[in-house]
Amino acid sequence: METIRTRIWQEEAEPDNAFAALSCHCHGYDVYGDLLINASWIEYLFLLFRGEAPSPQQARLLEGLAMALANPGPRDAAVHAAMCGGVGGSTSASCLMAALAVGAGASGGAREVFIAMEDWLARGTDLTLWQTGLAVKPIDDPADVWPAPGHPAGFDPHGVRCTAPVLQTLTHLSSMDCGTSLAWLQLNRLPLESATRLPLAMSGVAAAALHDLGFTPAQGEMLHLLLRLPGAAVHALEQKDYGYKKFPFFSVELENDPGPAQDILAHAEDVA
Amino acid sequence: MKGPELLEQHVGRLVTSAGAFFPGERAVFRGHDLHASLKDLDWLELYLFGITGRRYTLQQMKVLHALWTYTSYPDARLWNNRVAALAGTARSTGNLGIAAALAVSEAQIYGWGAALRASEFLTRARIRVDAGEDLKELVRAELESERGIAGYGRPIVSADERIAPMMALVREQGLDGGEHLKLAFEVEKILLAGRWRLHMNYAALAAALAADFGMSPREYYFFGIPAFLAGMPPCYLDAAEKSEGLLFPLPCRIMLYEGVSSRRWKPLEKSDLADG
Repeated sequence: METIRTRIWQEEAEPDNAFAALSCHCHGYDVYGDLLINASWIEYLFLLFRGEAPSPQQARLLEGLAMALANPGPRDAAVHAAMCGGVGGSTSASCLMAALAVGAGASGGAREVFIAMEDWLARGTDLTLWQTGLAVKPIDDPADVWPAPGHPAGFDPHGVRCTAPVLQTLTHLSSMDCGTSLAWLQLNRLPLESATRLPLAMSGVAAAALHDLGFTPAQGEMLHLLLRLPGAAVHALEQKDYGYKKFPFFSVELENDPGPAQDILAHAEDVA
Repeated sequence: MKGPELLEQHVGRLVTSAGAFFPGERAVFRGHDLHASLKDLDWLELYLFGITGRRYTLQQMKVLHALWTYTSYPDARLWNNRVAALAGTARSTGNLGIAAALAVSEAQIYGWGAALRASEFLTRARIRVDAGEDLKELVRAELESERGIAGYGRPIVSADERIAPMMALVREQGLDGGEHLKLAFEVEKILLAGRWRLHMNYAALAAALAADFGMSPREYYFFGIPAFLAGMPPCYLDAAEKSEGLLFPLPCRIMLYEGVSSRRWKPLEKSDLADG
């Protein structure tokens, strides 16, 4: 019989039903007999990804990050996409799929976090390596499905200065004394911003936090996708309630408008 | 101009040459009236015009249509199709299942990740060979740096049943003389003669034909997005028409657990959480 190999999940079947679990263990812990009673959601989340229970500092850091990322607000492209689903009465899953697809990108999305986490792995807390790396323009790889990032990962391509929410998040998360990246980022933010001529963005703080928590770039990318879904969900539902007449449609300026087609006009006159 | 000033310029307005619709009046598609000058295009022709802005000959269109016909497999075991079928068995909507299955088709070992790499390799190799470089050396270097060549070899099986019928059609349409196509077969010859023993797969053939028809790797990538689409609805419908949950039901014993042994959770003290 073919098998599904897993190091995460172990089940024991009910004696009379091979398709129902009597017990479920996650990385060795009894999920419904132990974790449900004794662990928090954020601890369980950490356990799922890392395979070990978090320290108190790690649990607090992941919880802080989850809070900071939960709702980027309606101006964020991923939330905007989810609202486009909600406003037209699209299915709930499609609203979240829209948020995932857009929030996956290298501009403000999970791919940006992935790239920034790779930078943390390569550069650590070496300021010179960061400054040299940030000065290099991202290269387009024509063989990659991901379009070339337009700016260094973790920084705001249109920002003027580091925004208050980003600074507040960085200050709060770096105070949790978990890993070295956040504290180093707090100390070295200004020279990094000088090197890129761009302010630090929330994605940059998220990447440092995820790196401090010991996640791989691929795990960080997944968590960033996941943790931003609550905001997408509620804004989609809210716009569904408001209805499309209260949602912007915007204007278009067509650069190559051929104008009304002659044959269609002639037909319209015939009909008239 | 940059920063917020640049963003201000774009608030609430879309400046575009892609197209627009004028409610109750008309629709413009890449500078043409959709219901007048483009009204006779078949769907794939319009789709390609949207991507490339170019038109293709009747013979090329026949081959481009067949490229997707010949790879539309309604087999729910295939990973992307299985997503559509699982949506059916779980009683989700057809649109959600198929949209997710299409998204999954952008994979690295098959689908659009592999196809884009195949197209990029053949396009780059052709330019280099034209500039006098040795193809054998290019193939060797690519194998060394990428640990494989996209478009050659195949997960699960080595032979590709789509190549013979596609080549028959390509010859019938008189389109078998393209430079990328020739190069794709030359690469296969090199790979079969060496210790690698890798056959060309459909990704390389499709990429070569598209490149011979003037598509860039990126244009080819977009052309390919609906490639597996036709095989997906049958998978969804077949699962949806059967009783719920009958598609690949998994008993507990299917899991081969390779993780740590059973252990007890040590709850954090409330003071741990408060003090950090």
